[in-house]
Amino acid sequence: MKVLVTVKRVIDYNVKARVKPDKSGVDLNNVKMSMNPFCEIAVEEAVRLKEKGIASEIVVVSVGSKASQEQLRTAMALGADRGILVESDDNLSALPIAKLLKGVVEKESPDLILLGKQSIDSDNNQTGQMLAALAGYPQATFASEIEIADGKAKVTREVDGGLQTVELNLPAIVTTDLRLNEPRYASLPNIMKAKKKLLDIMTPDELGVDTGSTLEVVEVEAPATRAAGIRVADVDELIDKLKNEARVI
Amino acid sequence: MSILVIAEHDNAELNGATLSALAAAKEIGAEHVSVLVAGDGCGSVAEQAAQCDGVDKVVVCDNAVYKHQLPENIADLVVQLSNGASHVLVSATTWGKSLMPRIAALLDVDQVSEIISVLDEQTFKRPIYAGNAIATVKSSAALKAITVRATSFDPVSLKEDKAVIESNDLVVANSGSQFLDEKLTTSDRPDLTTAEIVISGGRGMQSGDNFKLLYDLADKLGAAVGASRAAVDAGFVSNDLQVGQTGKIVAPKLYVAVGISGAIQHLAGMSDSKVIVAINKDEEAPIFQVADYGLVADLFEAVPEFDSKL
Repeated sequence: MKVLVTVKRVIDYNVKARVKPDKSGVDLNNVKMSMNPFCEIAVEEAVRLKEKGIASEIVVVSVGSKASQEQLRTAMALGADRGILVESDDNLSALPIAKLLKGVVEKESPDLILLGKQSIDSDNNQTGQMLAALAGYPQATFASEIEIADGKAKVTREVDGGLQTVELNLPAIVTTDLRLNEPRYASLPNIMKAKKKLLDIMTPDELGVDTGSTLEVVEVEAPATRAAGIRVADVDELIDKLKNEARVI
Repeated sequence: MSILVIAEHDNAELNGATLSALAAAKEIGAEHVSVLVAGDGCGSVAEQAAQCDGVDKVVVCDNAVYKHQLPENIADLVVQLSNGASHVLVSATTWGKSLMPRIAALLDVDQVSEIISVLDEQTFKRPIYAGNAIATVKSSAALKAITVRATSFDPVSLKEDKAVIESNDLVVANSGSQFLDEKLTTSDRPDLTTAEIVISGGRGMQSGDNFKLLYDLADKLGAAVGASRAAVDAGFVSNDLQVGQTGKIVAPKLYVAVGISGAIQHLAGMSDSKVIVAINKDEEAPIFQVADYGLVADLFEAVPEFDSKL
């Protein structure tokens, strides 16, 4: 079984995003970039499927600038067999990204496609669902458990009230939640080996996708800051403040 | 302008977040708002939807194939019923998040996720980077596919006179996926996302048993209990209690963070709370930078004391 995994290069999750003074966006100059945490979980799951003998090949794909090769190499150091970069310097919205991924899916015909549930920069939570719709595949979002057997994927999903289990006919799309697994670290020998793995570069034109968007970011601003609070000395003062000053209890 | 709002429900009750999506529809300023209720034996939900302020029409698709409202066929159904709509809205719950992008892609339109305010019919604000930036986004799509953050819009009220309820017998089968089962967490406490008071515990709670301290306090205050990712990952509580960028977004009157350091990802889920209280023994914890009232103390002493003095 062939598994396709998508990865996105994003600001490192520990870095606090700073808005540019001209309100054109978030300042990414000299900011640490990493693989989106949910994508790491997707890569890890694919590697585990290979270790269990279920997956035979793992192809990792990213849509983004040339620098995204770094994240593809990381995924290959973690166990992906080869990589594909659909190179574009534009800040693409989720729909054209899903269309580009559909182009890759058509070329590769994977049985299972794993994506993170959302990227921590745009926080859209759209791409997997859009790709599922475009490819005409069933979907299971927010997965915390995946079992593959007899051409089907049994997926436990994190939903608002608890957990839900669905069964999908393969090929299918699954997006990962945090609880799915704990990603491993890449070892130095594996990082060295990953440098020799195949990395194909494609362009949106080759895939015949129009990357235009009907969305325009008018401005990006910092959120309203909260007024500095006070320290209370003890529980009595806290209760007094909540009752008489804030009047919330 | 004609807006279609997709109702979330469990075949018996309309989910409260849908009332907030209706409030957003009202702010967009539609001439006509219809609500789609797709389910199995969902007549009572349709009745509730018809009583919501601002609703002109309720369309009910009642059929066994919609029982679990899986996105594969609900999305196709919405696409067929959205003809002529200028906007399609759903609340940004896990259900709405799963469904709407599928609809948007089928309609070949971009989606605006989790809006927190409406500037005009095509311009919206939404948080990005875990709430560390707010983007103003303008959509020129012919049909605007939008998910709505419930805590940012006050739910619409209910009214006496009912909107028209219309049955639609369109059946869209789902062949790709199948519902197997679900394990829902049951609790007598208020729902986390709509509670007026939320008490959350983090890694500092040290064990699941110690959460009893928070449950006792929550019961006295009529509060819901939440948790940080660290507390969920450590197995102290179930994942549906997680507050944060990837969990639930809450904005209660009072949020009490107990033994929570205040990582970026947690703040993304609660920093719109009206009053924030932090109880933490580490006085350097980032949570104190957003707390209105901070108490530097051992939670195992402070929480029982808080409880006993109420």
